[in-house]
Amino acid sequence: MSPSLVDQMLSTPLFAIELGWAEWLAKVLGVLAVVILPAGGTVYLYLFKMVSFMQSRLGPMEAGPYGSMQLLAEVGKNLQKEDIFPAKADRTVFAFAPYVVLASTFLLAAVIPFGPEAGFASLDTGNFDSTQFDGVGVFFALAVSSISVIGILMAGWGSASKYSLMGGLRAAGQLIAYELPLVLAVVGVVIQAGTLSLQGIVYSQINGEIFGFGGIGLPYILTQFVGFFIFMIAVQAELAQTPFDMPIAESELVTGYLTEYTGFRFLVFFIAEFASAAVFAFLASVLFLGGWAIPPFVMDILGIDEFSNWFNLIGPAVMATKMLLLTFVVYWVRFTFPRFREDQLQRFAWKILIPLSLVNIFVTGVLKVAF
Amino acid sequence: MANLLLLGQQTGNSWDLPANIAFYVIAVIAIGSALRMVTTNNVVHSALYLLLVLSSVAAVYILLGAEFVAATQVLVYIGAILVLLIFGVMLTRARIGIDDDLNYEQRWIGLGVSSLLFVVIAYSLWDFYGSDTRLVGYEPQRTREVADSIFSTYIVPFEAISVLLLAALIGAVVVARRD
Repeated sequence: MSPSLVDQMLSTPLFAIELGWAEWLAKVLGVLAVVILPAGGTVYLYLFKMVSFMQSRLGPMEAGPYGSMQLLAEVGKNLQKEDIFPAKADRTVFAFAPYVVLASTFLLAAVIPFGPEAGFASLDTGNFDSTQFDGVGVFFALAVSSISVIGILMAGWGSASKYSLMGGLRAAGQLIAYELPLVLAVVGVVIQAGTLSLQGIVYSQINGEIFGFGGIGLPYILTQFVGFFIFMIAVQAELAQTPFDMPIAESELVTGYLTEYTGFRFLVFFIAEFASAAVFAFLASVLFLGGWAIPPFVMDILGIDEFSNWFNLIGPAVMATKMLLLTFVVYWVRFTFPRFREDQLQRFAWKILIPLSLVNIFVTGVLKVAF
Repeated sequence: MANLLLLGQQTGNSWDLPANIAFYVIAVIAIGSALRMVTTNNVVHSALYLLLVLSSVAAVYILLGAEFVAATQVLVYIGAILVLLIFGVMLTRARIGIDDDLNYEQRWIGLGVSSLLFVVIAYSLWDFYGSDTRLVGYEPQRTREVADSIFSTYIVPFEAISVLLLAALIGAVVVARRD
């Protein structure tokens, strides 16, 4: 890469620090955008509009064109509601629970690459001249995604309500059960890419070949389709979306661990839920759909290579497209299937998904050594 | 503030000032929540203070450049062990408010043992490192090197631990089965 204007600026020490602060601020705002914009976008597109068309109704139509300002109305409504603490609640635990869940989402969003250099906190040690990436990206992402369970347990216990406690316990049991297939499904991708770094996984998909044909690279959905399938099911369960919405089963538990929450704290839980859906979709598109890259033959036509600065610009747009595609599937499934029973849900994780993902790891390992 | 950071950058690898400040902040959080963990009168609060202690340790690992160990700490201790602990506590005795029967009679012996342990560890660290206790700018450790050392140099302990864990797993299944 040739020394750009930015590099020359960076070589001046004092300015580097000024730029460092600006970059730091830009990254914080960027993470906020990555968490909140997809959450709002998918809520409006899918939760408000798509489900309405699936159920032969119009959905919100009054606020703005096609009801597109409805989200602002909902946020405003939640912000002016009273912040109610239940009389017997453990106030501190009750108050902090939503932020623990949201923190998990932010930590997850922080490691996702949106371009060769467009990321927030890359945990990679590779440089851009070589494709020998090393780091703990995907491992860190899976680790921090499990923190949200603690927030949900805090909410369930701190509310001092039987519905909340039951919902919290169900959620924790479900999240523990589906954490395993989530991690094991990714192992196949890691074996094939030979690295834990998310950036490295993207580059190995660009440089991959299908029987000598490198025109579209090798998106791992083609070889790891079992892993992709397990990953998306586990994500659906981790997010407690409908076939797996036992923790907030409204006909039995009011809304589970959310029962006692109102106003802003409810809004934080709501944002965390839908932002996690989007961030997990980002993660799935990095792991299985080639991340921020476009097919190599298109790169050839455009005359750019995979290290081009253009990817810092078009990468986020490519990622957003893939995210919308995957979240569409998540909500499509959500509004199509009926709810699992608790025992069916646990049996599905422990007796089907985990053995299947172990077989997938074994087969991937054998094929990796054979080829 | 800019001058402070500039100082940290100019001294480069010899003394990483932001990392040192971060270390002391994390250390205060870790020690404070460890003390609260053993003195609090609510068992769920105790578990949540343990969460703070374990997260602080993960943060110290990141400061030392051991990112793989930090992620493992989060995944295993926070994501698995602590969640199971809180889960178990909530299923059995999830009382809100103060528990009176949490104080164990042997706590003075425990205090003695932990003080002895603290003195021994502190003395050995002091003896080995002397006054050279400042954090330098650590390069992140490569995951490839971690994997190489686990699966070549330390393959025997690794296999021994694997067999031990498998035995514990089977033991747990045997204990939990009713028939």
